[in-house]
Amino acid sequence: MRIALNITENIQEWLLGMMSETAANYMAMVIVALIYLGIFSVAGLFLVLIERRVAAWFQLRIGPNRVGFQGLLQTMADALKLVSKELTGTDRADKFLYNLAPYFVIISSLMALGVLPFTKEFQAFDINIGVFFLIAISSIGVIGILLGGWASNNKFALIGAMRSGVQTISYELSVGLSLLTMILLTGSLQLSEIVEVQKSGWLIVQGHIPAIIAFMIFMIAGTAETNRAPFDMVEAESELGAGFHTEYSGMKFAYFFLAEFINMFLIAAIGTTVFFGAWLSPFGITESVPWLGAFWFLAKTLILVFLMMWFRWTFPRLRVDQLLTLEWKYLLPINLVNIVIMAFIVWQNLIIQI
Amino acid sequence: MERIIFYILALTMIVFAMAAVRSRKMLRSVIFLLFVLAGIAGIFFLIDYNFLAAVQLTVYAGGIIVLIIFSVLLVHHIELELEVAKPLKQVITGIACLLGIGVVLNTIYTHDFKVVENDLTTSTADIGSKLLSVEAGGFILPFEVISVVLLAAMIGAIIIAKGKKLEKGSSETEDRSQINTGSNEI
Repeated sequence: MRIALNITENIQEWLLGMMSETAANYMAMVIVALIYLGIFSVAGLFLVLIERRVAAWFQLRIGPNRVGFQGLLQTMADALKLVSKELTGTDRADKFLYNLAPYFVIISSLMALGVLPFTKEFQAFDINIGVFFLIAISSIGVIGILLGGWASNNKFALIGAMRSGVQTISYELSVGLSLLTMILLTGSLQLSEIVEVQKSGWLIVQGHIPAIIAFMIFMIAGTAETNRAPFDMVEAESELGAGFHTEYSGMKFAYFFLAEFINMFLIAAIGTTVFFGAWLSPFGITESVPWLGAFWFLAKTLILVFLMMWFRWTFPRLRVDQLLTLEWKYLLPINLVNIVIMAFIVWQNLIIQI
Repeated sequence: MERIIFYILALTMIVFAMAAVRSRKMLRSVIFLLFVLAGIAGIFFLIDYNFLAAVQLTVYAGGIIVLIIFSVLLVHHIELELEVAKPLKQVITGIACLLGIGVVLNTIYTHDFKVVENDLTTSTADIGSKLLSVEAGGFILPFEVISVVLLAAMIGAIIIAKGKKLEKGSSETEDRSQINTGSNEI
C-alpha cells in the first residue's frame, strides 16, 4: 500500500528529527487526522454562520451579530448548546441503527474532504482515481439518511428518507456525467493532474461552451444531491416536520446538520477543482507564493457556496414529480449530448488555451 | 503495518458476515452486509487496486445496498423479526458450512501460489484501453455482451413499470396524471 500523502511527508520529515521512524509514521497520521477533523468542524460551524448572514442579507435583516464580533461566535455557542442537550429517541425504535445513522453521513463527507487539493502540498490523499473516489464516497452518505429515517419509527421521517433516496440516486448520475465531461479534457482522474492541466487556462475556459453547460448541470445536480432548497423535499417543513431527522436531538442532530453544510462545501470545492483551477491564481499573479493557493482555493469555493445559498433564497421548492422530471427528462439527455459535443471538441482540438 | 491492517479488515469482515446471517432484524443484516462489502473495498485499497475498490464502493455499497434498503423499507415493519429456523435445519446448515470451509481451506493450503512482485498501480487509462482493445487479451467481447444485457434489462424494467398502460394505449394526459400520483406516494 503506497499512499501519496503530501502533507504527511512534510510533517514526517519534521517529526523524524525528534523520534524514531515508526513512531514518526504513526504520529504523522494522527496529526493529519486531527488537522482534517479541525478543518471539518471549523468549516461546518462557519458555513452555518455564513448561511445565516447571507439569508438575513437576502431578506433585508441583519442576522446574528451579538455574540462576538459581527456574530462570529454565534455558532460556537449554538454548538455548545447542542452538546449539552439531552439525547432523546422514540420508543420502539431500532436503537442500534438509530445511533449508527449519523456516522455514515459524517464519515462519508469527512473521507471526501481528504482528497481535496487545498494547495499543491496540502492534500492528504492524492489517489490516482480522485474524481471517481469522490463520486464513490458521496454515494455512501445516502445510506445514513435512509437508515436514520427508517430507524426513527416515525412516518414523516420514513417519507423524508425515501424521498432523499430517490433524489440522491437520480442526481448522482448528473453529477457523475458532468464531471466525466470534464475528464475528457484532462485525460486523468487524479486531482493533482487535473490542476496541472489547468495551468494553461482553467477548464471552464478551455472547454468553453460544453464546459459551461457541464458546470451549470453540475451546480444544479450538486444542490439537489446535498438536499438543499429548492430541492429540499427531504425536509420540507410544511409537509414533513423536519424530514429524516425529525426524531434526532442534540449532538446527533448536529451531526446531520454539520454534514449537510460540509457536503455543500464539498460540492463547491469539487466544482472549484474541476472547473476553476483549484489553488491556481487567476493569470498566475501569485505563482511565486505557493501558500497563497489555499487563499485562492477558499475564495473560489466560497463564491460557489454563496451561489448555492443564492439559489436557496431565490427559488421556491419543487414538487417531487417536477424534481424527477427535471433530472430524467432534461438534465440526463442534455448531459449525454454534452459529452458527445465535448468529445468532438477534444478530437478536433478546438480547445481554447492561454 | 500492512499485515496489521489486513488482519483487522479480515477479522471485521468475518465478524460482520456472521452477524449479517445471524441477525433477526432484516435491516441490520443489510447494514452488516454493507460493512463486509466495505471491508472488501478496503482489501482492494490495500493491494493498490484503487479503481476496483472505488467500483466496489459505488456498485455494491452505494448501489446494491441502497436498492436492498429500499426494498426492505417498502415491505418490512420496524417491529417485525425474522423467524428462527428449526434445530434440525440449523444443524444441517452448520454441517454444510463446515464442509464448505473445509473445501476452501484445503484448496488454499494445497494450491501453489506464485507470488508476483508488482509495484505498478493500475491506472484508469490502462483499464480503459484493455476494455476496448480487440487484440489478444482485450475485453471488447465481454464488454459488448454486458452492454447488450444491460440494455435488455433496462427495456424490460421500463416495460414492467409501464404495465397496463402499454396494453390500453392510453392518452398522454392520463399517463402524466398516473406518473404524478405514483411519485407523490414516494
